[in-house]
Amino acid sequence: MSNLLLLIPIALFLGLLGLAAFLWSLKSGQFDDMEGAANRILFDDDDQEPQDSHTKNN
Amino acid sequence: MTTPNTCHHCGDPVTSMSPAGPDFCCRGCAGAFALLGDLGLKSYYSRRSIDPKTRPLRPDTDEIAAINFTDLVSTDDKGIHHLNLMVDGIHCAACVWLIETLLQKNPSVLHARVNMTTRRLRMAWNGGIADVDELVKPVLQMGYRLIPFDPAVLEQATKARNSELLRCLAVAGFAAGNVMLLSVSVWAGYFQGMGGATRDLFHWISALIALPAAAYAGIPFYRSAWGAIRNRRVNMDVPISLGVILALGMSLAETMRGGPHAYFDSAITLLFFLLVGRYLDSRARGQARSAAEHLLSLNARSVTVLDDDGTRRLIAPDKAKPGMIVIVAAGERIGIDGEILDGQSDIDTSLITGESIPNTAKPGTSVFAGTTNISAPLRIRVTATGQTTLLAEIVRLMENAEQGRAKYVALADRVAKSYAPVVHILSGTTFLGWWLIGGIGWQDALMNAIAVLIITCPCALALAVPVVQVIATGRLLRAGILVKSATALERLTSIRGVIFDKTGTLTTGKPELISNTENEGSLELAASIAANSSHPLSRALVRAAGNVTPIANVSEHPGQGLSAELPGGMVRLGSRAFCGIAENADLSSHVAGPEIWLQEPGRAAVRFVFRDAPRHDAEQVIETLSARGFDISLLSGDRPVTVSQLAETLGIRDWKAQLSPADKANEIARRAEDGKCDLMVGDGINDAPALAAAHASMSPASAAEISQNVADIVFQGDRLSAVIEAIDVAKKSDRLVRQNFMLSFGYNLITIPLAVSGMVTPLVAAIAMSSSSLIVIANALRLRSGSDKPIIEDRAPLPVRAQEAGAPSV
Repeated sequence: MSNLLLLIPIALFLGLLGLAAFLWSLKSGQFDDMEGAANRILFDDDDQEPQDSHTKNN
Repeated sequence: MTTPNTCHHCGDPVTSMSPAGPDFCCRGCAGAFALLGDLGLKSYYSRRSIDPKTRPLRPDTDEIAAINFTDLVSTDDKGIHHLNLMVDGIHCAACVWLIETLLQKNPSVLHARVNMTTRRLRMAWNGGIADVDELVKPVLQMGYRLIPFDPAVLEQATKARNSELLRCLAVAGFAAGNVMLLSVSVWAGYFQGMGGATRDLFHWISALIALPAAAYAGIPFYRSAWGAIRNRRVNMDVPISLGVILALGMSLAETMRGGPHAYFDSAITLLFFLLVGRYLDSRARGQARSAAEHLLSLNARSVTVLDDDGTRRLIAPDKAKPGMIVIVAAGERIGIDGEILDGQSDIDTSLITGESIPNTAKPGTSVFAGTTNISAPLRIRVTATGQTTLLAEIVRLMENAEQGRAKYVALADRVAKSYAPVVHILSGTTFLGWWLIGGIGWQDALMNAIAVLIITCPCALALAVPVVQVIATGRLLRAGILVKSATALERLTSIRGVIFDKTGTLTTGKPELISNTENEGSLELAASIAANSSHPLSRALVRAAGNVTPIANVSEHPGQGLSAELPGGMVRLGSRAFCGIAENADLSSHVAGPEIWLQEPGRAAVRFVFRDAPRHDAEQVIETLSARGFDISLLSGDRPVTVSQLAETLGIRDWKAQLSPADKANEIARRAEDGKCDLMVGDGINDAPALAAAHASMSPASAAEISQNVADIVFQGDRLSAVIEAIDVAKKSDRLVRQNFMLSFGYNLITIPLAVSGMVTPLVAAIAMSSSSLIVIANALRLRSGSDKPIIEDRAPLPVRAQEAGAPSV
C-alpha cells in the first residue's frame, strides 16, 4: 500500500511532464509544418552557418 | 534537330532560339545561376529534385518589378518588421533551404522560415520597411513567385481552432491513459478482492484527473451543444455533452458514498475518441481550404495606375477610383471596369460572357474586370468601382441565390435530432420503471438510468461521419480535388442532374486548329509568322505546327493581324478584312468558327478555322454520367451556333445558349422547384450565381476567383473526370456512413437492454464502447483501400502536394 502512495504520484508527475512538453512544443510552433520538419533534418551545413531551427514565432 | 539541352537552372528544354546560349533557356535563368555561383550556393543544384508538377523556376523579369511588398508589412514595438508571403515554385526541401539561406545572407534579416506544408514564408528584418524589395530580390531572381498575404484574413480562424482541438486532445489523451490505468486495477480488483479503501482511493485519484481534464477537453463539445440548445435545435454534441457530464457527476457521487462503480474512464475515453475524430476532420478540411486559398492568392494581381505626372504605381484593384487611368499590358488580366482611352487590342471575355472568341477593342469600348487583354497594351479610364461594377452586380445575384438555397442540415445532425429524444426518454423510463415498479431505491434506479445514457452515448455514432469524411477528403485531395464545404460530399450524393458551363469547363478555353487539306502546306509559314504574337489564335497555330522558328521582320497590327516582309513580298496573316478578302468570298469548307487568313502574294488566300476544343475526356465523362442516369445539361453564355456544335459533339441533348448570369441561376432555381437537385460545374464569373444556387457545385482551378470561392469543390488539372471521381467517392462514403450508423445502432440494440436491466458495469461499458468505435473506424478505412486508380486514363499533373490526410491512429 505504501509503495502505491509513492508510485502513483510519480507516474502522474511523469505523465504531466509529457503533457506539458507537448503543449509547449505545440505553442512554440513545432507542429505547424510537419512536412518541412521531416525534410529539414536532411540539410547539411557544409556551406552555411548553422541555422537556428526553432526561432520563436513572433 | 539534335536533342535539346535542358536549362541548368529551370530544367526546361533549351531551344535553338535561346538568347542565353546552349546552357540556359533565357537570360533570367542564366542570371539566377550566376547569382548562386557568386553566393557560393551552387550546391542547391545537386540537392534539389525537380517536381515536374510544379511551375518551373523561370525568373520573370516583368514580375519582379510588379509586386508591392510594403503594403502588408507589420512592425512590432521593437521596430522589427514582419511580412508573410505565399511562395510559388517550391519543388522540394532544397527550395526551402535555398530561400531561407538567400534571405539570411543579408545581415538585416532576423528570421526567415518557409513552412513547407502551407508553402508560406515568414520573414522579419531590421531597418526600413522599403528594404523588403531589396531583401526578397534574390529569391525572385531565382524564379520563385512571392505574394504577400494577410495572415489575419487567411488562416487564423482555422489554425486557432486546430490548435485548440490539439490541446484538448493532448489533455484528454493524458487523462484517459492515466484513468484507464487506475480503472484496470479496479476491474482486476473485482476478481482478486481489492479492499474497499484501495478502490475508493483509486476512484478519488481518477476523479482528480478526470474532472478537470473533462472540464477542459470537453469545451468544444459543450460550446457547440450550448449553441444548438440556445437556438432550439439538437445536434450530435448535445447527447455527448449530457452523457459526459452525467457520467462524471454520477461517478463522483458514487465515489463519495464509497460505491463500487465509477465511470470516469468511460467519460474521458469517450472525449478522447471524439476529439481524435474532430481533429482529423478539421485538419483534412483545413488542408483542402489552404490549398484552395493558395491557388486563389496566386491569381490576385494589382493594377498599374498612371498618375498625372506620368509615374506608374501599383495599387490593389479595390483602391482604384473612377477617373484614374490604368495601364494594362498585353496578356494581363484587366482588374477594373472602364473605358478604353488609347490602344487597339483583343479582349478575351470568356470568364464573363462565356464567349470563346476574343472581341476586338478600340478607344471607346467598355471593358470589365475579369477579362484579359490579349494583343497590345491599353490605357483604360476607370468608370466604376466597388458596388457599381459588373462584378459587384454578380456578387449581389450570387448572394440572392445563396439565400434561396435551402439550409442544408448535415446527416449526422438529422440523425441526432431523432436519436437524442429516444435516448432521453429511454433513460427516463428506466429510472421511473426501476423506482416505481422495480421497487429499488431511487439512487440505484438513477444509476441504471445513467448507465443507459452512457452506453447509448453516441461515441461510434459521432465518429461514424467524421472518420469517413476525413478519409474521403484525403483521398480526393491526393487526386487534386479540394473539398471545401463540410457537407459537399453529402449533398453530392443526392444530385439527379449535372449542369455544365461551356467555355473553360467542358472545353479547355483554348482554341485549336481544325486541320484540313486546304491549309496543310501553308501551316508552317503561317505558324512561323504567328510565333511572334501572343494572340490565342496565333498560339494555336504554333501549337498545331509543332516546332517552328519565328521569322523576323514581322509587325503586329492589334485587332487585325500580322504582316511579314519576306523576299517574295508582303505576307499578311489575320482577319478577313486585314487580308483583303471579300465578306462573301466562296469558301471551300463551311466549318464555322473563329478564323484567320493567310495572304501570300500571287497565291490564293488560305483559311485557318479554329474551334474551342472540348477537354480530352469530356466526351467520356458525359457518356459515363448519362449511362449512370444523370440528366446532363449545358448552359452557356456563348452564341447558339457554337453551343449547339459542342452539344452535338459531346452528345448533350439539353442545351441553352446566350444566357445571362441571372438566367443561369434562374434556370437552376426553376429546376430545383421541380424537386430536382443539380450539380453545377462552371468556371466563369457569369457562372457564380448559378454555382451558388445549385444543390452542389464544382469549379476547375482555372476558374475565376469568385467562382472558386463559391464552389463547394475545386478540382485541379485538365481532367473533367474529377466530376465523376467526386461523385463516386461521395457515394461510397455515403454508403460507409450509413453502414456505420447501422453498426452503431446494432451495437445499441444489444447493449441497451443490458443497460436497462441494470447489468452494465463500468467494465462492460468500456469494452462495448471501445470495440464499437474500433469497428466503425475499421469500416471507414475501407474507403481508403478502395481503388485509387484513375477512372479515365491519363491523369493530369497535380500542382498541390497533397499531404496524407492520415488515418486515425486510435
